[in-house]
Amino acid sequence: MAKITAGVATSHVPAIGAAIDNGKTEDDYWQPVFAGYEYAKQWIAEQKPDVVILVYNDHASAFSLDLVPTFALGTGEKYKPADEGWGPRPVPDVFGHPELASHIAHSVITDNFDLTIVNTMDVDHGLTVPLSLMFGQPNAWPCNIIPLAVNVVLYPPPSGQRCYDLGKALRKAVESFDEDLNVQIWGTGGMSHQLQGPRAGLINQEFDNDFLDKLVNEPEAQAKVPHIDYVREAGSEGVELVMWLIMRGALNKEVIEKHRFYHVPASNTAVGHMILENK
Amino acid sequence: MALDKPYADIPGTTIFDADMARIGFHINQFSMSLMKAENRESFIADERAYLDEWPMTEDQKQAVLDRDYNRMMSLGGNVYFLAKIFSTDGISFQQAAASMTGMTQPEYAQMMLDGGRSPEGNRYKNEQGKGKV
Repeated sequence: MAKITAGVATSHVPAIGAAIDNGKTEDDYWQPVFAGYEYAKQWIAEQKPDVVILVYNDHASAFSLDLVPTFALGTGEKYKPADEGWGPRPVPDVFGHPELASHIAHSVITDNFDLTIVNTMDVDHGLTVPLSLMFGQPNAWPCNIIPLAVNVVLYPPPSGQRCYDLGKALRKAVESFDEDLNVQIWGTGGMSHQLQGPRAGLINQEFDNDFLDKLVNEPEAQAKVPHIDYVREAGSEGVELVMWLIMRGALNKEVIEKHRFYHVPASNTAVGHMILENK
Repeated sequence: MALDKPYADIPGTTIFDADMARIGFHINQFSMSLMKAENRESFIADERAYLDEWPMTEDQKQAVLDRDYNRMMSLGGNVYFLAKIFSTDGISFQQAAASMTGMTQPEYAQMMLDGGRSPEGNRYKNEQGKGKV
């Protein structure tokens, strides 16, 4: 039987990807950011997940205004890094897990979550930066990856509650897959940031740290927090944090917090990172 | 009945909701076209001619030519779409964000190093003047 064993949360700031790709990880500015992921690299080398369900958002790369799916699950075999305007990131192609992904789609849709199914799309920094942070710069990613793209660009995104509940449905889906697979779920994006308008640069460390606490210990209360609180307190792009609730919903009620890291700034953004294991 | 938009009273912020997406459809689709290298070349070669191929309003076209990102957003542009324009210009997300705040890039970068813009005084429009935007 397949099993979700752990969850990872991390920001997916594009400048972090650029720092890795351009060999700047030891620069004074970036060194503290990457130091916060050293534990994760060792941890994941020991955990050896077979599959990662990677919850992220597309940033007008695969999805223009032609099509804006609220939840899009990748059931394809392979996804290429997107050209976001400066050429694709020099990272390996992402290989999916079509069998498990199709199984998840069937199970979750039957459970009343009306997912969009995607077989062909490019994946942008929202998906590839977390892979680089966790795995470094290998020639091939060491596991299969099922992308789950969440719309957080066109307001309103799905509610925190909907995201949390989708996580629960994902867990049920994974646990009904017959093959023995070690599956992780990652929630990405955030933390507080605003990239637009005269209020750009907003950071709210108090909000972020409270969110991290609640994500671990009171996820059901956090799931009820409305969008306006994220937008007002954590910036217009801070609402990406609802994606972390999908990850949390897929884990046990009680979890072990293996690692936590918080740092300001990476470009315009507060970086948050957490590793949670099922108790 | 009008929809509730509680975010309308957040200062210095344009929420890209379905109404804004409708207004900004063409400026955002134009921006998306710059994800292709050959389109970037055409745009750089003659910006006005390239813009005239899109059914955008004159205000939207002028805002692009002026690289006035706040204006583009007030006319329906979304920052992730508009990012294709400043990426074409070789400008980073931090430089572009700084340009929207009226700060110089070094001032903005320093603000971020100092912990970012505080939410104090920046949550509600009626707080303006009491805090710093």
